[in-house]
Amino acid sequence: MLAVETIHLTKDYQVGFWRKRPRRAVDDLNLAVELGEVFGLLGPNGAGKTTTLKMLFRLVFPSAGSARILGKDIGDIPVHAYVGYLPENPYFYDHLSPEEFLNYAADLFGLSADERRRRVGRLLEQVGLQEARDVPLRKFSKGMVQRLGIAQALINDPQVVFLDEPMSGLDPLGRHEAGDLILRLKAEGKTVFFSTHILSDAEALCDRVAILNRGRLQGCGELNKILSLGISLTELTLEDPSPELLRELLPLTCSTVKTGARVRLEIPSATDISRVLEVVLRGQGKIVSLNPVKMSLEDYFMKKVAAPVEGSGEKGIVSSGG
Amino acid sequence: MGSVRRVATIARHTFKESVRERVLYNLIVFALLLIAAAILFGTISVGIEEIILVNLVLSSISVFGLLMAIFIGIGLVSKEIERRTIYNILSKPVTRAEFIVGKYFGLLLTLLVNTLIMTSGFYLALLYEKRRLEAADLVPLGAICFILLQFALVVAVAIFFSCISTPILSAVFTFCLYVIGNLLGDIRWFGQESQSRALEMLTSTLYYLLPNFGDFNFIARAAHGESVPSYLLVSNTCYAALYVTVLISAAVLIFEEREFR
Repeated sequence: MLAVETIHLTKDYQVGFWRKRPRRAVDDLNLAVELGEVFGLLGPNGAGKTTTLKMLFRLVFPSAGSARILGKDIGDIPVHAYVGYLPENPYFYDHLSPEEFLNYAADLFGLSADERRRRVGRLLEQVGLQEARDVPLRKFSKGMVQRLGIAQALINDPQVVFLDEPMSGLDPLGRHEAGDLILRLKAEGKTVFFSTHILSDAEALCDRVAILNRGRLQGCGELNKILSLGISLTELTLEDPSPELLRELLPLTCSTVKTGARVRLEIPSATDISRVLEVVLRGQGKIVSLNPVKMSLEDYFMKKVAAPVEGSGEKGIVSSGG
Repeated sequence: MGSVRRVATIARHTFKESVRERVLYNLIVFALLLIAAAILFGTISVGIEEIILVNLVLSSISVFGLLMAIFIGIGLVSKEIERRTIYNILSKPVTRAEFIVGKYFGLLLTLLVNTLIMTSGFYLALLYEKRRLEAADLVPLGAICFILLQFALVVAVAIFFSCISTPILSAVFTFCLYVIGNLLGDIRWFGQESQSRALEMLTSTLYYLLPNFGDFNFIARAAHGESVPSYLLVSNTCYAALYVTVLISAAVLIFEEREFR
């Protein structure tokens, strides 16, 4: 059984006041998220990440295709008992305190009074809101609201957690704590499906990522495979090499940067490294370091997002909106 | 069973939300002030003190409850959508029908508590006026029951309109329907007297189709010591229950199709 599955999932919104015309927000999206993995849905603003999550919770309805959570069709509301959801920029009731709101959420899941008390206390502590447990939410900062949002998504001890931009509004400490929480959920065997446009978060937390741009899936795969596939060059640093040695190495490198006594050479992936090392050893060069330079998620993302959108003939540009 | 529990949870939360709205306290204080004023009017109306008191107090219970039913009712659903708090509810194992029904009963509970407070104020005023209460003083309770049935109907109308329209338009529609609903008897009479077959059919259709709020107005008769006949209590309760069921079912059907972008 898959944790989340989308099959040709498509969403068209009607735009325009007088003459309505469809605007495709999500286009033929096929995803399969395994149980127990941390899955990142990446994309620039307006890529369709939030719409995808909203479709999974039937807040908007798919125009075509279908989706399943834990093997159940998304129209099956009882499956929500096993999932948690943090909406993008969440907002809660001003008149309630965090403790009251979590109790309300727990009541909707039908938790017993003992269980409710235990989980509410534990979650308030986990997200660092125990000091503010009685403060009305109208006095909360954006970061505190986000922390409460994460807590309410976990109140039912879900098997699958959906987090829409979980790091949004959090300070560096909060982001670190949220990252730790995601890794702890993974260690507990839970599936985490989160959307983000912050690539460093995805790189640090995800087992697999899918890249969405203008509603279309641009790539999907295991993060370590994506990154190791992308060894683009090797960096060789030499200590005080002779001019003759540098002259000999020049045809084998693509760039040379001199910093003080050290020279950093970039060797294209097509070049045979052993040949370069042979030349260095023969010229009695002192090797300081030899590093393969992997493609970062950012490089991969930029490559996918900046590439022409398949079939549209347009450049994928970062657009505004949700 | 789970469904009933979730509806009760949403109703309890809606009640809590309404109770914490400051406007509610203002309304209750204002209504209690009016009851105090009714005592004053009673004292200067020699011989008809009780009629004036019952008339004024029941009218204030009705008007203030009505204002709350309309103004809180139209915001019950739209506020949740506008502030996106609905995302947190519908992502839990809560159906849209449970959400609407829970909201409905939550506001009804608020109005019930509000009416109980005002009724207590009324009996305190009556006790002050007469120095002692007797069995005949329970007669206005029948009229208060009808006022509550009217609230049940108005809240359903307000929720129905708020599912298809903006809050301001919903308030206008609900208020207009309330006014028309109070005049339906006269409208039908006008049709019958008009000697136009088409007009008579139109007014009769309106009479049977729209909620007949006029049938729930027993204030003047209660003020003159007339008890609510039990057959009327039963028939009006059934009528209100049926109408509320139809309106809430229609609201649920519309809400089921709604997208939250």
